[in-house]
Amino acid sequence: MQLDDTDRRILRQLLADPTLATADLAERAGVTAATCWRRLERLTAAGVLKGQHAVIDWRALGWAVEVSLRFTLDKTNPRAFDEFLAAARDVPEVIEIQTFLGRVDVRLNVIARDMGHYQLVYRDRILTLPHISDIESLMLVSTIKETGSVPL
Amino acid sequence: MIELDDIDRAILRELVADATQSAGAIGRQLGLSQPATWRRIRRLEQAGVLAGRRIDLDTEALGFGVTVFLGVKLAAKGRVSLEDFERAATAIPEVQTVQHVLGLYDYRLRVTARDLADFERVLRRRIMTLPGVGNVEANVLLSEERRPGPLG
Repeated sequence: MQLDDTDRRILRQLLADPTLATADLAERAGVTAATCWRRLERLTAAGVLKGQHAVIDWRALGWAVEVSLRFTLDKTNPRAFDEFLAAARDVPEVIEIQTFLGRVDVRLNVIARDMGHYQLVYRDRILTLPHISDIESLMLVSTIKETGSVPL
Repeated sequence: MIELDDIDRAILRELVADATQSAGAIGRQLGLSQPATWRRIRRLEQAGVLAGRRIDLDTEALGFGVTVFLGVKLAAKGRVSLEDFERAATAIPEVQTVQHVLGLYDYRLRVTARDLADFERVLRRRIMTLPGVGNVEANVLLSEERRPGPLG
């Protein structure tokens, strides 16, 4: 889809604050409410805007530990990826699954209540996942920047 | 810390699936009045559990076809300022996420680019010139899925 400057202005403002009502969004983007509404409809119809989701702060719910687990899988088994991913989806502490091209095959974002709980999750639910050939873990200290935005 | 009951968890699941739903619409699905649902959402917001909204963008439709995760190791620990690195990394528009981690790397960056040539430009001109940057590992994202996590 080809975007013009008006689309980009609207998208930039919307990404900065998704809770804005169309009238406020229009004002910030410097367009009329009718134009803003039409453009949003067009961006939605073209599949650029797919919706909105709420962000949960797991720490506020007492899930203090977040670990990024990077897996290399045993690729001699052609079903390794599918079976690993299916099993990972059944682990409730997994909040994100990503697959990669590179040294890492799959990354799981895992949360736990504390280190003791993490140890349990890691032993009982992670190490038992199928076709693992190597695991590396990165423990999250802090998130400094987090945006789904792109440089428009 | 806030305690959740089954209705709170159901409300969170609904908002994670679609944050644009009104309190009335969510209440109808759960057999709850609009004011009761609204009060619960407000309580979750005040406790910091609902930490804002995120727009789901089809970045590919906007011409950003490549997402790369970088593991960054700082060159000389103790002599480089973490603040300087964080400030400079955060300022790069193509960098969507900056996380301080413990493990094999010091930082995790999520980088978006138009294509691999564009990524190479960002890597050479912006990432490799960050203050204190040492070893960098890149993995190209193939797929990702968010999971509901322990809300079941």
